[in-house]
Amino acid sequence: MLVRGELITPPSDLFDPTVYNGLYTMHGTVMLFLFLFPMLSGLTNLLVPPMIGAPDMAFPKLNALAFWLVPVFSIILLLSFFVPGGPASSGWWSYPPISIQNPLGKMINGEMLWITAISLSGISSIMGAVNFVTTIIRMRAPGMGFFKMPIFIWTVLAAQLLQLLGLPALTGGAIMLFFDLSFGTSFFRIEGGGDPVLFQHFFWFYSHPAVYVMVLPVFGIFSELFPVYARKPLFGYKFVAVASFGITILSLVVWVHHMFYTGTPMWMRNLFMFTTMLIAVPTGVKVFAWIATLWGGNLRLSTPMLFCLGGLFNFIFGGITGVMLATVPVDIHVGNTYFVVAHFHYIIFNTIAFGIFAGIYHWFPKFTGRMFYEGLGKVHFALTFIGATLNWLPLHWAGLLGMPRRVASYDPEFAIWNVIASIGAFILGVASIPFILNMVSSWVRGKAAPPNPWKAIGLEWLLPSPPPHENFEDDIPTVLNEPYCYGLDKPFVQDEQFYIDKSFKKH
Amino acid sequence: MLSDNKSPTINHIPGHVKHDGHNMTGFIIFLCSESIIFFAFFVGYGILKVTAPVWYPEGIDGIAVKEPLINTVILVSSSFVIYFAEKSLHKKNLWGFRFIWFITMLMGSYFVYGQYIEWSELSFSLQSGVFGGMFYLLTGFHGLHVITGILLMGLMLYRSFLPNNYKGGEMGVESVSLFWHFVDVIWIILFVLIYLWQ
Repeated sequence: MLVRGELITPPSDLFDPTVYNGLYTMHGTVMLFLFLFPMLSGLTNLLVPPMIGAPDMAFPKLNALAFWLVPVFSIILLLSFFVPGGPASSGWWSYPPISIQNPLGKMINGEMLWITAISLSGISSIMGAVNFVTTIIRMRAPGMGFFKMPIFIWTVLAAQLLQLLGLPALTGGAIMLFFDLSFGTSFFRIEGGGDPVLFQHFFWFYSHPAVYVMVLPVFGIFSELFPVYARKPLFGYKFVAVASFGITILSLVVWVHHMFYTGTPMWMRNLFMFTTMLIAVPTGVKVFAWIATLWGGNLRLSTPMLFCLGGLFNFIFGGITGVMLATVPVDIHVGNTYFVVAHFHYIIFNTIAFGIFAGIYHWFPKFTGRMFYEGLGKVHFALTFIGATLNWLPLHWAGLLGMPRRVASYDPEFAIWNVIASIGAFILGVASIPFILNMVSSWVRGKAAPPNPWKAIGLEWLLPSPPPHENFEDDIPTVLNEPYCYGLDKPFVQDEQFYIDKSFKKH
Repeated sequence: MLSDNKSPTINHIPGHVKHDGHNMTGFIIFLCSESIIFFAFFVGYGILKVTAPVWYPEGIDGIAVKEPLINTVILVSSSFVIYFAEKSLHKKNLWGFRFIWFITMLMGSYFVYGQYIEWSELSFSLQSGVFGGMFYLLTGFHGLHVITGILLMGLMLYRSFLPNNYKGGEMGVESVSLFWHFVDVIWIILFVLIYLWQ
């Protein structure tokens, strides 16, 4: 909101431009590493064991360690506002040579704290990923073969494998950057014979897949929720499942599309333009599967479903601008303008955050044992959707007209789009009030939730709400079919009625 | 709770999954991920080596291969030695295991010592251009893994004296030995990249 507050008027009047540099670096880092990643890993941690019928994650202690690293690196990151020279201000990608300048010559500076925090967050994520992959491979309920797993589990597996493959590259790059900054090496220093573009390769090799790490579980949430609220089987279950891995593999070979104008050779540009567009295929498979699931379904427009629909709508839009950006000529034209900013906010907020909200509402009754207030939820959705659209839709135009990103002051001709965007940002800020109010008050005094309030199919819905400590304890259902057989008269697990009765009894 | 006669299914059989032996799976996944860091460094080394205008720091036109080669032979053969240690543990030959295991530790320590000698005799430092940085980064990062491996072996050796240590399987010994093989393979690649490709 502060960032948008600054941008409401053309000249830089709220803060100094240097502070603005620090602010957008921190905005990007905090939002990704301190909000979206922890939110998603929290959600997946909560959901994976009950959805596959495991008592807990495979390595609970490792999990706890990974979790407690989050406050540690958060504090390190936020401390950097108070060290001499201020926080890191080279953007969230931290490209050298800007990021290896150390004007004050102090050992502890904003950039160094930034790198430390990022490396710690990487270690924490790798621990989490080892845990998720082991849990999913080894601890599924009897009968739950890979093609009977919920799509959410498929997407978590795909996303965590991506973490394992991509994160070490970033960590390696960060270590080298750290050496350059603090110990005078010259990996990325031109004067010493190094190559600054190399860091960009390391960085984007992970950081583009990072978007898929975040978006894949959200695709999983969409795939879980649409069948429940449309009362229809998921269209093309196997294709949707396999498409997750298609995205994983392709996303490892698209990173150069962030570097089209850093002097990459033409063959590289063409190759990566092609792979980037190719990734639209598995994503398209998913989008069509969701639409086909909705088609002719008996839709129930409850809050989680509204967030899913809003997210899908925005995703289609953000996906189209994505394919536009993949084209080398277009990218070189609009690169580093607000068009890029608008595109990735459409994915990161309007799709991923919408999906997370949908997931929170959908599984809230399961894990708290209380129902939320539907009315407040709908208000939250309306405000969020209006705010998000107002905030980021106009920026497409500002970007196409050529407004550059990362500047505190801009040309007056872009003023109108920025005023609208700032209003949208403030509406978004207001939208969090009904959400927090809803969560807190319904957790404290909401109506008690039945084990399966949405009449959904899935192992987690066969548990009482909230689930007991060890989920199914020593009686794990044997899975017979994939969890999307709405109206098909195929039983989900053996002795289904027994487990349903049991889930009520414990209550 | 199963014999509850209110239950509609009378012949209900509770499903069971045994949850043990995940540690090895987790450890292998971790090693795969770990190898990517090395892979990133290797790729960085290769790219810098090919593109850098000045590779070796001034006054140096290569590094000696002889001593590192002795080191390499020792480290690589320790990988076979540790295999025999593991084998004698499988055969319940506890003292044989301890003895061969300890020899592996000695060989690893010799490697670290040789590395130390080499470092102290070199005329360039971390700050000497890309090569200096890369050399110390790669060998140092690998050296840290060797030291970690030796410490882990020490822990396993200590544990072998605890009563009932192998009741729950030999997972600790198995994973340390896997780690040692991993460190070895990395060294072979590193040796080829730094010492042979000059």
